[in-house]
Amino acid sequence: MGVEGIGARVTRKEDKRFLTGKGRYTDDMSVPGMKYAYFVRSPYAHANIKTIDASAAKSMPGVIDVLDGKQLLADGIGNLICGWMIHSKDGSPMKMGAWRPLAHEKVRYVGDAVAIVVADSLGEARDAAEAVEVEYEELDVVTVAVDAIKPGAPQIHAESADNLIFDWEIGDSAAVDQAIASAAHVTEIEIHNNRLSPNPMEPRATLGIYDTGEDHYTCYTTSQNPHVARLVMSAFYNVAPENKLRVIAPDVGGGFGSKIYIYPEEIVCLWASKKTGVPVKWTSDRTEAFLTDAHGRDHVSQVKMAFDADNRIIGLKVDTVANLGAYMSLFSSAVPTYLYATLLSGQYDIPAIHANVRTVYTNTVPVDAYRGAGRPEATYLLERTMETAARELGISPAELRRKNFIRSFPHQTPVIMNYDAGDYEASLEAAMGQADWNGFPARRAEAGARGKKRGIGMSCYIEACGIAPSQAVGSLGAGVGLWESAEVRVNAVGTIEVLTGSHSHGQGHETTFAQLVSDRFGVPLDSVSIVHGDTDKVQMGMGTYGSRSGAVGMSAIVKALDKVEAKAKKIAAHLMEADESDIVVEDGELKVAGTDKTLPWFQVALAAYTAHNLPAGMEPGLKETAFYDPSNFTFPAGCYICEVEVDPETGRTEIIQFVAADDFGNIINPLIVEGQVHGGIAQGVGQALLENVHYDPATGQLLTASFMDYAMPRADDLPSFKVSHQVTACPNNPLGIKGCGEAGAIGSPPALINAITDAIGNNNLTMPATTQKVWEAARAGH
Amino acid sequence: MYAANYHRPSTVEEAAQILAGAPEGKYVAGGMTMIPTMKQRLAAPSDIIDLRHIESMKGITVDGRKVRIGAATTHAEVASSAAIKAVCPALCHLAGLIGDPHVRHMGTIGGSIANNDPAADYPAGMLGLGTTIIGNGFQIAADDFFTGLFETALMDGQIITAIEFEAPETAGYEKFPNPASRYAMTGVFVSKGANGVRVAVTGAGSSGVFRHGGMETALAANWSPAALDAVSVDASDLLSDLHGSAEYRANLVKVMAKRAVAAAR
Repeated sequence: MGVEGIGARVTRKEDKRFLTGKGRYTDDMSVPGMKYAYFVRSPYAHANIKTIDASAAKSMPGVIDVLDGKQLLADGIGNLICGWMIHSKDGSPMKMGAWRPLAHEKVRYVGDAVAIVVADSLGEARDAAEAVEVEYEELDVVTVAVDAIKPGAPQIHAESADNLIFDWEIGDSAAVDQAIASAAHVTEIEIHNNRLSPNPMEPRATLGIYDTGEDHYTCYTTSQNPHVARLVMSAFYNVAPENKLRVIAPDVGGGFGSKIYIYPEEIVCLWASKKTGVPVKWTSDRTEAFLTDAHGRDHVSQVKMAFDADNRIIGLKVDTVANLGAYMSLFSSAVPTYLYATLLSGQYDIPAIHANVRTVYTNTVPVDAYRGAGRPEATYLLERTMETAARELGISPAELRRKNFIRSFPHQTPVIMNYDAGDYEASLEAAMGQADWNGFPARRAEAGARGKKRGIGMSCYIEACGIAPSQAVGSLGAGVGLWESAEVRVNAVGTIEVLTGSHSHGQGHETTFAQLVSDRFGVPLDSVSIVHGDTDKVQMGMGTYGSRSGAVGMSAIVKALDKVEAKAKKIAAHLMEADESDIVVEDGELKVAGTDKTLPWFQVALAAYTAHNLPAGMEPGLKETAFYDPSNFTFPAGCYICEVEVDPETGRTEIIQFVAADDFGNIINPLIVEGQVHGGIAQGVGQALLENVHYDPATGQLLTASFMDYAMPRADDLPSFKVSHQVTACPNNPLGIKGCGEAGAIGSPPALINAITDAIGNNNLTMPATTQKVWEAARAGH
Repeated sequence: MYAANYHRPSTVEEAAQILAGAPEGKYVAGGMTMIPTMKQRLAAPSDIIDLRHIESMKGITVDGRKVRIGAATTHAEVASSAAIKAVCPALCHLAGLIGDPHVRHMGTIGGSIANNDPAADYPAGMLGLGTTIIGNGFQIAADDFFTGLFETALMDGQIITAIEFEAPETAGYEKFPNPASRYAMTGVFVSKGANGVRVAVTGAGSSGVFRHGGMETALAANWSPAALDAVSVDASDLLSDLHGSAEYRANLVKVMAKRAVAAAR
């Protein structure tokens, strides 16, 4: 490990511009003649549109045009789609209703876009939007998933009877029923996974530019995956063919999943730019972000876990209802199925698992992947069930987990996943040691003397990352492959550009990826630049989500580096008249092993481009491209322990300590990995204690549409985290990386809730564990 | 935000004159509520008249135990005032709990009182200290000033210029913040002094800030947290919202009151 290479705690190169206000975000982009868009949105959660009258609005000052969904449809722009086909257990395909970029027949959630106003200024666009007269016929509303599938509930899409999108299953139902029937003990619990708003710091924005001279479109957008955006907008929405559409996602201020998807606004602004002949920019305000960014989670599950007389799990039965909102967003169908139920084995050797999942339309904003995406739901369900079982069985939660850990690899679970490597006991031991688990009874007694209730809880999570092997996901219904691509371009002076299809929106790729190159060739970090986020610059890509940039994105870079290194060695061998197999790359030089012959890196690069003296038949240049398609998912895992102190008089929970012991495989930059864990835990604490999207069930109005009512975690809600890493290298990719982006948000909520329920002696508690809920539960407990 | 004309008068008289000429105008004294409301297009004043730059409305004077705080004094100035801290540290503590550093350096005591948000901290401090609210041509006791949710005894055009009070022997403020907004879910200000014993509650009342007579009686007899054990708090007049039911707030009123007495200095 060098000071800047693999394993070094290098501070982030990109932070200079972020911390000095020099970041360039979509809303910072301006082009000559640019105008501003404001969307007319539905104030109702469910209504038929009778008429849209924009005549008054069109004559207002500064207004260029007002466009609606009828015009959009007439121009052949397609509906938004979900890109992952799921079949119900009866074999029928999922029942997807149309999502029009601009609704003109019916609106289905508060915030559904109805028309776009383009004007000289944002103020004028907004003034005119208020003057667009839309006549609505209000319909009955349903916002809660379990209510939406009851007979007589309002019908949201004609295509899906009783609002049921699919009724899917995985695993062996009969085997699980038999296990439950023969069990010495069955733990039963109902699990709610609360609905969350993603709230990235930068709201969504887009700038659509149509060039009449070239018949070409440029789309600046806040995307985690610009190439996917281009593909989908071309292939499904008929905005423009790929060669006529450039998508640029410049600096992006956080995504957490919410910026994976294609939303109506990008499509409509591109189309409006052609329609009006001017570039059109739209930037979401915070209220719009709450109303229209895809939400996360929102599951209700019934769980039965069966144990034999030796406390071994012999079966797990799960019945889940998942709320997908008013329309099916891009990956919405995959989240509560293949990203969720396939992880229900957790870290445990469970011989029989069956999960049934029903997904449901409601009059709420679409729900899709949010940091963790399905895996937090699986982990929360399993780890609350394990803790509950340990209490019922009267054994320590650590002991119950140890007894059931998977200990040999590879391990085939009954729900598709084949775990490749791990050491769950190592993380458990590390976490218990760091938390001083054995000292807890004394700390509890001390707190009790002060009138406080102390509790401790753990969570052993596993996730499937490095998304994903293309053939495998294809067989499960994915509409795309999930490989990654990279190009390593060595310039004639030896500096290096890496063009990657991964997209950094907070992950620190410009540093971590550069470390990889620096480590390989011994060149300074500053001589390596990472290029991403522009479909005209970067060859191809699938973007960043599912903790895939390390395991998949960097693996592609490694493949390209291999090719560059091989060619550089050939050139060096030729120049130094040595055998290619004797050339080594060290400290920025190519050396002939065992001799004092060396060539600086830059001279080899220069030789590649002057091409005056290359091996016979070799093409000039030093630039290589690679695609990497993983052979399996990766399986980060770990143990989180949380210790809390509850004030029984107010219900306030104070987190005394939070311990994270993670196995992410090999680590390139520990500083950045720790930052990812810190941020993930903060989000997990937010879910467990504070955050909750609340729709009024009668009207479908969003009651938590601002930070005045939607409680985000803040620094003073959090302790300093105790973070450690245990390493079992991933055997299936060249760097042995598993991924770290989502673990914190996956592992932390059950640890926190288990700690609170331990403190108050009452397991009847749902997230978020607000002060009122904890106060009530504490009074009912003990 | 709709377009509005901005004015920065340097005297109270000038401010009143501008408002008289702008029927759709509004005073702004920090704008910590007004500006977000305007940005959401929920308010559309034609003119906003900024009171923060009127010299006569600024500053803190402490004379013996008499405290006068100019209405344009920021929360940060009150929180860090050594002079106030020497005679009434509870008020400094209260000011330091308002909003965040940005809010504390923009928001003013006059603006907060005139707005009378039912979850704001200052109304509890004013009522709990028995302050006098002084303005252009009026003096109103805090007991008569806060009349309902966002309602006060101020009449059109009136400007608060200062508040005055006699520092109590002892006072305390305890706040249970709303986890999202950090306004008071329940805040209780207690004091004992020349104005008797006062217990003022913010954040919990369905009609805004209020005094709790039962607690005042109990504390007048015995100034100690234990004196409140036997006092019951009626939930029927309290707020219920997403963050806390009336029953929960009733509990918080009592818990915060006891802690305020325990912390009183």
